[in-house]
Amino acid sequence: MLDDIDKRLLEEVADLHEIPQGAYNIRKNGKGIQRNTTANIDIITKTDKPGIDVIIKPGTRNESVHIPVILSQSLDDLVYNTFEIGADSDVVIVAGCGIHNTGSKQARHDGIHEFFVRKGAKMKYVEKHYGEGDGTGDRILNPKTVIEVEEDGIVELEMVQIKGVDKTLRDTIVRLHKNARLIVSERLLTYLDQTAESDITVELLGEDSTAQVISRSVAQNESKQIFHLNMRGYASCRGHIQCDSIIMHNAQVSSIPEITALDSNAQLIHEAAIGKIASDQLIKLMSLGLTEKEAEESILHGFLK
Amino acid sequence: MLEIKNLNVTLEGDCGKVQVIKDINLTLDNKKIYVITGPNGGGKSSIAKAVMGIYPISSGRILLDGVDVSAMEIFERARSGIGYAFQQPPRFKGIKVRELLSWAAGSEDAEKLHELLFEVGLCAEDYLDREINTAFSGGELKRIEIASILARNLKVAMFDEPEAGIDLWSFQKLTETFIKMNEKYDTTIVIISHQERILRLADEVILVADGKISEITSHEKILGEIQLLDSDCIYNKDCCKGGRPNAR
Repeated sequence: MLDDIDKRLLEEVADLHEIPQGAYNIRKNGKGIQRNTTANIDIITKTDKPGIDVIIKPGTRNESVHIPVILSQSLDDLVYNTFEIGADSDVVIVAGCGIHNTGSKQARHDGIHEFFVRKGAKMKYVEKHYGEGDGTGDRILNPKTVIEVEEDGIVELEMVQIKGVDKTLRDTIVRLHKNARLIVSERLLTYLDQTAESDITVELLGEDSTAQVISRSVAQNESKQIFHLNMRGYASCRGHIQCDSIIMHNAQVSSIPEITALDSNAQLIHEAAIGKIASDQLIKLMSLGLTEKEAEESILHGFLK
Repeated sequence: MLEIKNLNVTLEGDCGKVQVIKDINLTLDNKKIYVITGPNGGGKSSIAKAVMGIYPISSGRILLDGVDVSAMEIFERARSGIGYAFQQPPRFKGIKVRELLSWAAGSEDAEKLHELLFEVGLCAEDYLDREINTAFSGGELKRIEIASILARNLKVAMFDEPEAGIDLWSFQKLTETFIKMNEKYDTTIVIISHQERILRLADEVILVADGKISEITSHEKILGEIQLLDSDCIYNKDCCKGGRPNAR
């Protein structure tokens, strides 16, 4: 069922060298092709629209769910996935998407993910996007992620897109209730004439909720990036957004910050910076014996790690 | 041996062209420790940056063991055995101390990296996996910078005000490290400094002012003169011509 291209895409987006242990659902060209469930994690096909419900029992700990998506032909794929993360559970969800497009038509995947992280649960969500193929058709990935984090819940998001995606519109909305905690790490690289837009909205609704969003990007060649990072504090809470971009060649980057405090005890910080690779960084690494190209690659690799 | 012959460096600044190095000639022997001192803006760091290839030279030659490195890129000079520890080292988002030192040492050997940090008074367990970012103090950054130079078996190692931001205990250790580096690896050490205890390390002290070498002397002589002269005068003997300098 999985050919060599599929296996390579799975390795790129989900670090999978073989079929994973534990629960998984592999979607290829618009259809679910392989699935496994466990005693604590159930995966059910939706009946009203394309997609799955992933249900994790309360108290499930140290288990993972892989839900990679593969597109190896030109098509528009739309999927709705819903995740129920039971109270006091501690799980990792890996949800990458890889496109291999050799045709002249676009290959597009719109993944709409909704998460309910119940009281005291901890979830790490890893999403990697990757594109390849020598076709002229665009490789497009538009993820929408909506997360509700209940009291004492902890969510860690790791969102990475560093190769081969021509167009992306990323929309992430997180709502944090009492004492809930969010850590977001976004890494994005665009080159040639690729475009990327990332909208992240964090609503700190509950007392003592905290959020940290660190977004780092590199824009090369003629590519364009837009970031809207919006944090809203409705209670006594703490939030920090850090948005750094390295701009190269003829690229364009727009970083639009917004922080709103609707409670006098809300503490919100936004830091944003756009700039070239600092010359003193290059010189330092070259003075250790790295060529200019090696120094540049090392700086970019570290920045996007 | 490092030879600097008729070196001139002119830089383009906000106020136009400025000649920062004026026809300097200097020979630095193997196994010796040299301290370059002099007034601020006198050209001390510019000499080191020209040797490293950071500042382009307008005319003159730089020879390392008889090989002309004047036209070499920075990385080529580094690979030839020249190193420079920055006065204000850069910070790197995403790059860890472990990576920087591994690149410098050409090895990921954990024991070696631990040893390097120990030499500059830092605990490897606390520092190796930290990013070299704004969370570091100036002193911590400076020690990591020095460690990155110690990591390399250099023919010529130049340190630009290495004592800045370093506490007393580490300072003592640092001076021992310079001596060890000089003795163990036969490295020619060049230290740019105003610090008396650094001056005492020097086999020769090079006084630089107004882009020129005004004197090459011993630390005994210069420290003796400092007892007698205003520090501004010690750097520029011309200001003392025609009269006896004021004793302190």
